[in-house]
Amino acid sequence: MSRPPRIVTEATQTYSFSRRALMLGAAQGGVALLLAGRMTWLAIAENAHYSLLSESNRVNMTLVPPRRGWIVDRHGAPIANNRTDFRVDLIPDLLEDKEKILGELQRLLSLPPEEMARIAADLKHAAGFQPVQVADNLDWDRFAAVSVHLPELPGVAPTRGFARSYPAGAAVAHLTGYVGAASAEQYIKTKDPLLLVPGFKLGKDGLEKMLENQLRGRPGAKRVEVTARGKLVRELATRPDTPGQTTRLTIDAGLQEYTARRLGTNSGSAVVIDCLTGEMLAMVSMPAYDPNSFSDGISHLEWKMLSDNDHVPLMNKVLQGLYPPGSTVKPMNGLALLAAGVDPGMRVNCSGALRVGNGVFHCHKKRGHGPLDLKNAIMQSCDIYFYEMARRVGYDAIAPVARAMGLGQKFDLPFASQRYGTVPDPAWKLRKYKEQWTVADSLNASIGQGYVLANPLQLAVMASRLASGKDLHPSILAGRAPAPNDLPISAEHFAVVRDAMFGVVNGGGTGGAARMQIPGVALAGKTGTAQVRRISMAERSSGVLKNASLPFKLRDHALFIGFAPADKPRYATAIVLEHGGHTVRNLDTPGIGRDIMTYLFDRDKAMATLAELEPTWGGDIQTRMAAEATAYRAAANAPPPAVAVQTELNATAPTEAPAVNAATAADVSTAESVAHTNAAGNSIAADGTTERDQ
Amino acid sequence: MSARDYIPKPISQLPWLIILLTLAIGCFDLLVLYSAAGGSVSPWAKSQGIRFFVFLLGAIGLSRVPASAFGKAALPAYGVLVVLLVLVELIGAVRGGGQRWLDLGIIRLQPSELMKLAIVLAVAKFYDGLPASETRRFSAIWPAAALILLPAALVMKQPDLGTALMIMASGITVMFLAGVPLRLFIGGALAVGVAVPFAVNFVLHGYQRNRILVFLDPESDPLGIGYHISQSKIAIGSGGIFGKGFLNGTQSHLDYLPEGHTDFALATMMEEWGLVGGVLLILAFFAIIYWGMNVAQHAESRFARLTAAGLATTLFFYVSINMAMVMGLAPVVGVPLPLISFGGSAQMTVMLCLGVLMSIDRQNRKTVRW
Repeated sequence: MSRPPRIVTEATQTYSFSRRALMLGAAQGGVALLLAGRMTWLAIAENAHYSLLSESNRVNMTLVPPRRGWIVDRHGAPIANNRTDFRVDLIPDLLEDKEKILGELQRLLSLPPEEMARIAADLKHAAGFQPVQVADNLDWDRFAAVSVHLPELPGVAPTRGFARSYPAGAAVAHLTGYVGAASAEQYIKTKDPLLLVPGFKLGKDGLEKMLENQLRGRPGAKRVEVTARGKLVRELATRPDTPGQTTRLTIDAGLQEYTARRLGTNSGSAVVIDCLTGEMLAMVSMPAYDPNSFSDGISHLEWKMLSDNDHVPLMNKVLQGLYPPGSTVKPMNGLALLAAGVDPGMRVNCSGALRVGNGVFHCHKKRGHGPLDLKNAIMQSCDIYFYEMARRVGYDAIAPVARAMGLGQKFDLPFASQRYGTVPDPAWKLRKYKEQWTVADSLNASIGQGYVLANPLQLAVMASRLASGKDLHPSILAGRAPAPNDLPISAEHFAVVRDAMFGVVNGGGTGGAARMQIPGVALAGKTGTAQVRRISMAERSSGVLKNASLPFKLRDHALFIGFAPADKPRYATAIVLEHGGHTVRNLDTPGIGRDIMTYLFDRDKAMATLAELEPTWGGDIQTRMAAEATAYRAAANAPPPAVAVQTELNATAPTEAPAVNAATAADVSTAESVAHTNAAGNSIAADGTTERDQ
Repeated sequence: MSARDYIPKPISQLPWLIILLTLAIGCFDLLVLYSAAGGSVSPWAKSQGIRFFVFLLGAIGLSRVPASAFGKAALPAYGVLVVLLVLVELIGAVRGGGQRWLDLGIIRLQPSELMKLAIVLAVAKFYDGLPASETRRFSAIWPAAALILLPAALVMKQPDLGTALMIMASGITVMFLAGVPLRLFIGGALAVGVAVPFAVNFVLHGYQRNRILVFLDPESDPLGIGYHISQSKIAIGSGGIFGKGFLNGTQSHLDYLPEGHTDFALATMMEEWGLVGGVLLILAFFAIIYWGMNVAQHAESRFARLTAAGLATTLFFYVSINMAMVMGLAPVVGVPLPLISFGGSAQMTVMLCLGVLMSIDRQNRKTVRW
C-alpha cells in the first residue's frame, strides 16, 4: 500500500461530511423501513398466529370433574352416592413458609401426626402446581376456620366439591370397590387431562372400577381469564358437567347391610340369589375395609393393619376365596347318584369307618350312623354313605352334575378379580399332577374335600339351581338376568334332594339351628365343614381335637347352603365362614342362614335378633372397626408412616393386594395338600354340626 | 401580514414542528403508561408526565444557549460523567452487585445514560480542534478511540451491554462523520464480525450471553429469557392493524408482557394501538431524526455539524435498537425507547439531545433559512 496520503482541507472535509451524513441518513431510512416492515409482518401476516397465542395466554380452561353416577340398589336406594365435600388443599408452588403453614393447618384442622407425615411425603412427590390434599370430608366449622385464616396461609386452598359416599360403609366395600385419584401410569397411558384435576377420582376396585365408563360422566369446563401468575381475573364461560349414569344393581341394600352385620366377627362371606332370575340380592365379604376412608386415601398404618389381619379384609371372599365345599355338595351328590341309577331307598350301613384298599376312611360320627338311605345320609351328613356310593358309581358320574350345578363354572360378572375353583376328574389330575385318579380321590371328592374347590358364589348358584331346577346365572346389574332354562335333571330327583335338605333343617338333621320361626316359611339347607389340616392316626385314636382348641388358621371352614321357602323356593343363599369351626353358636352358619332368610320375609324379626346379638360381639361393624384400629395403633405404638399410601393404593387394588394373594394361595395349597396326602390312607372328617363344647 | 408578526420573536423562532412532534409523542406515551398501569395515572403516567414537561421546558431553554457553549462544556461534562461512572462502580462494589445509578433525590441518575450524549459532544469537540490536514493521521484516531473506550469499558463493567454498545456506536459515528478513513470502519466491522463469537463466549456475562443465544433461537427458552421476546411478539402480533383498543391489551394487563412500561413499552402500545400506532410512532421518530440530520447539514461550524449528526444518530440508535429488540430482530440489551419508556434518565438524555439540536438549529436559522 504505497498510496500517497490524501490531502484533506476544510473544503474537502465539509464535502466528505455531507456525503457521509447522507450515507448515514440513507442507512437510517433503510432501518426505518426495515422496522416498519417487521411491524407489518408481525401485525398482519402473523396476526392470526399471535392472536391465538395471546388468547391461550389469557384464557385458561379448567375442567370441572363430573359428578359420578350413583350406584343404587334394586329399589333405587343409594349404595354409592355423592356428598358435598369441604376440603383443604395445598398448592406447593404458592407455599411460602412450609413448616409454619403446616403447623398452623395441623392446629386448625387438628390433624393426627400420621396425616402430617403423609402430607409431607405427598408434598415431596408433588409437581408444583398440582394440589396436595391436606384434609377432606371436613365439617363446616373446621373448613370455615381455615377459610377465615386464608390471608395468613398462602398456598392453602379450601375448596368445595363432591366426594363419593358409601352409606353402608364396609358392608358394601367388596361390592362397590372404591374410588381414588388416578395414578401416574393411568395418566401417562390415557393423557386425559381430567385425571389431573384435583378432586377427580376414578374407580379403583370392584364395580366402581369395572363400571368406570358409565359412572364417570363427562367433565364440565370453566373458561377463566388469568394473569401470568395464574391469578383468576374473571370467569368467561362455564359448561356444566354431565353426571355419570346412575347404575342400578340387583342388590337389596338393606339385605346387603343386614348380611354384613349378621356375619358378625367372622371372616366370611355370604351370597343371596333370587331363585326366579338368578339376580344377586346380596354379596357380602367381611370383614372389609371402609370404602369411604379408602376413597380419601388411607395411611400406611391403616393399610398395614388391613394387610396383617388374619381375617383378610382386603379380599373379596365371595369371588376370590376358594374353599373345599365340604358336605354342602352332598345334595348335589344325591342328584348325581339318582341320575346314575341309585335307588333312593337303598341303605348303606355306616359303622364309622370304611376301608378302601389299604386306607381307612372315617365318618365324622365316630361310632357310625348305622344303616342309612339317601335322604338320611344327606340329613345326617353321613360320610360313609357317600364314600360307598362314590366308590360304586365312580366320580366320573358325579363331576358332570357338579359342573351343571355351577361348581367350577365361570360367571360373567363385572368384577376384575375372580377365581373359579376346581371340579376334579381323572383327566384334570393327570394334567395337573401327572398321576392316575384313585378311588381315594373319588371318596374325598364325594364329601367335597380333596381337590374340589369352589367360591361362595358358586355355592350360592348351586343352592339356587337345586332350589329352582333351572340353570340360573348370577347377575348383579339390574335388568341383565338371562332367562333361565330347565336343567336336564328329572323333577323327581330334585324333589328327593329338596326333601332331604328340608330334613336337614326341619327334620332332625345337622342344620336344626337354621329352622326359621316364621309361620309358613321353612328353610331347606345343608351344612358343611371343610377341614384345612390333616388328622393323624394318633390324634384320631386319642380323640379329634376340638376346633376351639386349635389356632385360628387350623380351624375348619364352616359352610351352609340353603333356600326358602322350602316348598316354593324364592331365595337361595350360601355362607362360608373361614376357619369358623362351628365354635360359637350365634356366629355359626345355620343361624346366619336362618336370619338372612328371615330378613327377606320378616325384616323386623330379623333386626330384633341382630339387635340382641350385636352388642355381644362388641357393637356394630363401624364400632368394632374403630376399636380394632385403636388397638392396632396402640400396639404399633403409632409410628408415623414412612411413605404416603396414596401411592401405594395407586399401585394395588385391595383385592389384588399381596395379602390377598397370599391368603388365597394358602387356602388352595392347604386344601390340595390335604387332599394329596390323604390319598395315602388317612381320611378326613366331614361334619355338619356345631360342636357342642358344653 | 402573517401571524408571525404578532408573536414575540424568541417564541416564533422556536422549531415548533419538532416541539409539537415531541409533545405528541410525549402525550401519547402518557396514554400508554396510563393503560399499562391498568387505567391509572400512578405509578407511571403522572411522574413521567411531570418530568416530560419539565424536561421539555428545559430543552426549549437549552435551545437559547449558543451552540459554542456546548463545545466549551463538552470535555468538562465528559470528565464529570467519567468520574460519576467510576463513583457508581465504587458504590456498587461497596453495596455488592452491579449498580447503574446515583440517587439524586428527584431522579435516580444513570451517568451512563447521559454519557451517550456526552460522548458525541466530546468526540465532536476533539475533531473540531483537530486541523483538517491531520484527519487522516493516526493522531486523529487514537485520542477519539480512547475517549470512546474509557466510558464504554466502565459501562460494560456495570454490566450494561446495551448502553456500552450505544456509547461506542455514537462515538464511532462521529469519528466516521469527521472523515476518519473509511477503510478503518470497514476493517473494524470485519474485526467485530470475527470478535463477536469470541466475545460472546469469553467476555460477556452469563446473562448477556444467554440473551444473545436466546435471541438467535427464542423458542429454545420460552419461559426463561426467550419469554420476553415471545411475549412481546405476541403482544405486537395480536394487536393487528388497529390494535385491541385503548385499555384492552391483555398481554400487558394480565402481566404476560414483562417490562411493559419500560423497555417493552412499544409492545404495550402496539397491542392496543396496532400497526397504525407503531407506524405513526416510527414516522414521528424518523421525522425528528431526519430533522436532526438536516440541522447537521446546515450547521456552520464543524463542531455543530458533528454534534447535530451525532445526536440525531444517537436518537436513531435508541429508537432502532429498542424497536428491533422488542420485535425480535435484536437481542434483548436493555435500551429504552425514547420518550415512550418509563424512566427519568433516558427521558432527560433525549430531551438534552433535542435541546442541543434546537440550539444548533436556532444558530443555523440566523444565517440560512430552510
